[in-house]
Amino acid sequence: MPEAILKIRGLKTYFYTYAGIVRALEGIDLDIYKGETIGLVGETGCGKSVTSLSIMRLVPDPPGRIVGGEIIFKGEDLLKKSEDEMQSIRGSQITMVFQDPMTFVNPVLTVGDQVSEVITLHQDLAREAVETKIDEIQDKIVQIDPSSPDRQRLMERVKELEAMREHPPKASRGEIKKAALHRTIDVLKLVQLPDPEKVVKQYPHELSGGMRQRVIIAMALSCNPDLLIADEPTTSLDVTIQAQILALLSELKKKIGASILIITHDMGIVAETCDRVGVMYAGNIVEISETKALFKKPLHPYTQGLLRAIPKLHEDIKNLEIIPGSVPNLIHPPSGCRFHPRCPFRMDICDKEFPPLLEVDPGHSVACYLYPEKKR
Amino acid sequence: MKETPLTENILEVKSLKKHFPIRGGVLGRAVDYVYAVDGVDFSVKTGETVGLVGESGCGKTTVGRCILRLTEPTDGDIMFEGRNIVDLKPSEMIKVRAKMQIVFQDPYASLNPRWTIKDIVGEPLLLNKIAKGETLRRRVLDLLTLVGLSEDHMNRFPHEFSGGQRQRIGVARALASTPDLIVLDEPTSSLDVSVQAQTLNLLKTLQANLKLTYLFISHNLSVIKHMSDRIAVMYLGKIVELGSRDELFEKQLHPYTQALFMAIPIPDPAYHRRRVVLKGDVPSPVNPPSGCRFHPRCPIAIEKCSKVEPELIEHDSPGHVAACHLAGQQI
Repeated sequence: MPEAILKIRGLKTYFYTYAGIVRALEGIDLDIYKGETIGLVGETGCGKSVTSLSIMRLVPDPPGRIVGGEIIFKGEDLLKKSEDEMQSIRGSQITMVFQDPMTFVNPVLTVGDQVSEVITLHQDLAREAVETKIDEIQDKIVQIDPSSPDRQRLMERVKELEAMREHPPKASRGEIKKAALHRTIDVLKLVQLPDPEKVVKQYPHELSGGMRQRVIIAMALSCNPDLLIADEPTTSLDVTIQAQILALLSELKKKIGASILIITHDMGIVAETCDRVGVMYAGNIVEISETKALFKKPLHPYTQGLLRAIPKLHEDIKNLEIIPGSVPNLIHPPSGCRFHPRCPFRMDICDKEFPPLLEVDPGHSVACYLYPEKKR
Repeated sequence: MKETPLTENILEVKSLKKHFPIRGGVLGRAVDYVYAVDGVDFSVKTGETVGLVGESGCGKTTVGRCILRLTEPTDGDIMFEGRNIVDLKPSEMIKVRAKMQIVFQDPYASLNPRWTIKDIVGEPLLLNKIAKGETLRRRVLDLLTLVGLSEDHMNRFPHEFSGGQRQRIGVARALASTPDLIVLDEPTSSLDVSVQAQTLNLLKTLQANLKLTYLFISHNLSVIKHMSDRIAVMYLGKIVELGSRDELFEKQLHPYTQALFMAIPIPDPAYHRRRVVLKGDVPSPVNPPSGCRFHPRCPIAIEKCSKVEPELIEHDSPGHVAACHLAGQQI
């Protein structure tokens, strides 16, 4: 069994509005393993974004509040952390990429300023500062005339600095700034932005949507996070740009080994990028499994309906099957299983009690009374 | 797909152009132009669905709006039922628009929030003097039943409806004046998949029952494929490839079409295919690239591509046209 870096147990997030209490999350259980890409998929209002905001403790309060459950990250409950402690985790250990890249960049700061801010906030750059100095001097040495006495002096300086590497002295503000910019350019190279030296001096409005999203991803990766949450990372982008970003994400995952939680409504993205996938409906995870197993043998009637309702590029379907009705109102959610009013296999028990999420096949859990728990 | 031969063209668009001026300076003179649509030719046969697909900013919505003259075209001809409608007077245009209707993308923005559903759906009937009073009420009820809504929805306001229901209201309004052609401008892109399926099925049923012709505009190739008989692919204000659905899916001639097909994520992890990811972004339609507009992103471009603009011509099979010097080559 791989190690879980994040364990969510019984998470409940409610929104207290004038119209009533919106039960946005009603007891979510989710494990995210080290190094995997996991998808959360579902329709508008099913709670997938609220899940990610709850993990980051960014649920707007009021009206929202996390009313129960726990989120264990590296053995500690995030819900018990103070705001200060959360701030040091956010942006460094758990980071987030949002749907609309324009909303989440500051329009009056250059790209370089924004990315280096994240780096200076979360990282001790003293060592980086020393490295930057070494790089600078080495650049000079290459240009200098080999016979000049200056060269000898510079070589000695490099040796001096190299000795400092392990125990770097406290860097000055200017040095930190320089080092941070240095790292910024490295991260921008990592996300394959063309001409990063130029991009750091540019403002967000000068970049295209795809480039902005790369900048956001660069920010999220700049501190080598353990978990990257990508909330609809490509929804506002065109398909050819989406393909670029998805290819980038899977390439980066191999390089940095972080776990990625992708939140999306697009089954295609899930199929192409995720190792495991959780299907959400009206505030609950109704099915969770390895991606291949889920697409091969969807168990929950909602998952089955969802998969049949998508027009497909690679096969011909005369008529799309539909799920009758629409997503329920979460102020007065249906009793029992929240899917029962739309379910074609409804039984007597379905509107009385909520079905627990149980493992039916190895690694494949479903919350539905149609499936008896596998005998262990 | 359909039994009756599709011969007569209900709509012919000939070298349609729309250049939006960019105004600047104190006098507000046009300093430059956005070449949103730059010479588009296609035709729609009676009873068929033509899909218009492309990325944002390629001009597909502008084409749709120009056909109804909601946006005045800069140049070109639009033949609707054998008649050129480009120079018609506004009063005559209203009569023509009774026969050509549009369903807009955003069902939240396209319905007047202060009008009841009866007012919204009944407006085209009043405007075209089709019905009033009790007959109007009955007609509206018929239309609502047609799209799967009921009598008690009639006196409600748009905010009381979900996105899918609002889009049905938009469809009912478009059907009110018994049109022959309906332009569907991204009708399902703001809807969730389960609701999208309901709407697509409804549109198909209506087309079969009322013998409608659709021009279906979307960025979603899977939806376009599900709905269309013929598909036109647009890139930066031009049609780069047009052909019957089956032929286009069998063999894509234009490198952009090939890349577009490869870029769509397939909801089936067991399905594997070759994938070439296009580099770079869509260029700005203010200064479109010289020659073939796709050449800066094209992985197989040759020198000729940056100089000579390729024409939209037939290559292997009749009716399947592509604008590429290297049509048929794989990227």
